[in-house]
Amino acid sequence: MNLLPIIIGAIFVQNFVLMRFLGICPFIGVSKRTGPAFGMGAAVSLVMTVASFATWLAYRFLEANGLEYLKIVVFIFVIASLVQIVEIVVKATSKQLYSALGIYLPLITTNCAVLGAAFLNISEGYNLLESIVHGISAGMGFTLALLLMSGIREQLELGDVPRPFRGVPIAFITAAFMSLAFLGFSTLL
Amino acid sequence: MSNNLALMIRAAIQKNPIFILLLGLCPTLAVTSTFEDGIGMGLATTFVLLFSCGLISLIRKLVPGEIRIPAFIVIIATFVTLISMMMEAYTPDLFQRLGIYIPLIVVNCIVLGKALSFSYKNPITPSLFDALGTGLGFTGGLMIIAGIRELVGQGTIQLMGNTVVTIPINMHLMVLPPGALLTVGLLLAAFNWVGDRR
Repeated sequence: MNLLPIIIGAIFVQNFVLMRFLGICPFIGVSKRTGPAFGMGAAVSLVMTVASFATWLAYRFLEANGLEYLKIVVFIFVIASLVQIVEIVVKATSKQLYSALGIYLPLITTNCAVLGAAFLNISEGYNLLESIVHGISAGMGFTLALLLMSGIREQLELGDVPRPFRGVPIAFITAAFMSLAFLGFSTLL
Repeated sequence: MSNNLALMIRAAIQKNPIFILLLGLCPTLAVTSTFEDGIGMGLATTFVLLFSCGLISLIRKLVPGEIRIPAFIVIIATFVTLISMMMEAYTPDLFQRLGIYIPLIVVNCIVLGKALSFSYKNPITPSLFDALGTGLGFTGGLMIIAGIRELVGQGTIQLMGNTVVTIPINMHLMVLPPGALLTVGLLLAAFNWVGDRR
């Protein structure tokens, strides 16, 4: 039960956004400025961690009753409920964070990253601790990618981008180079 | 009838989910390393689109507005579970290669987006044609991207065990993650360029 490969794996070698392409929608949508990018990353990390915990428990219950085929329905239900709770908590504790995240907070429900992390915990056969650590690390990797991207995009806005490339295409090509850089980590494990 | 056909073609081309609406980008980037995987994912998503949007359109008058999102998600999750089990049984190799991206069809914005924007407000026949058009447009887009990636990246296109095309190019980067982002980025820029010139 070595946790370090899981952590390094989720943040660098198999970065959720740049390698697995989970969470690419908020990556393109939210990452224009560093402030909201960090807030989004933090929110997703929180949901991912709690969701990893909750879905792992839910899967053990399904397994015990021979109901594994219900995992898709049950997981999405668990995650949707969690996001609702997180939204209520954030609204109550930090008004600026709530308004900064806006509509993106409920959209975390349809974020591939959270559901993807939950399914990966199952397919990799992690125990509860490994699942939670994987959730935290995946969230950190997501936040890292989002922060890097927002930093680059802030500069790109000031540059002279050819018309067909403005907006999403140049963001994808930038992400391609970031992904290429992260490929360099592949022999770390 | 021709109205519905026009609807279907519009959903596939003018409102192409990948290139125009920019939805469903996670699976698009992840499964397009080979042509076969691209087609497989496209057809699986089309199955989910057809059945989910069909059912949602049939029961649209019965679903209160406030709970429509969780209700639709449960319906979509059910059909994703169905196609997942069918693929596990009938196409085990494809099932293994697509891995976690099959259950992730549930959160594919294309399906939920179509349900909320069209099927909830339209009768069954237009909804089915619209869903079919969207699915075919998605599959077509995946085929283009995967075709380019596999052809340039491996020099061949494999279909069901047979090598269909062979060209003497072998840029391995194209079948790796950066290649996905690069291909889609360049294709989107190309679409913009064509759109600008009209």
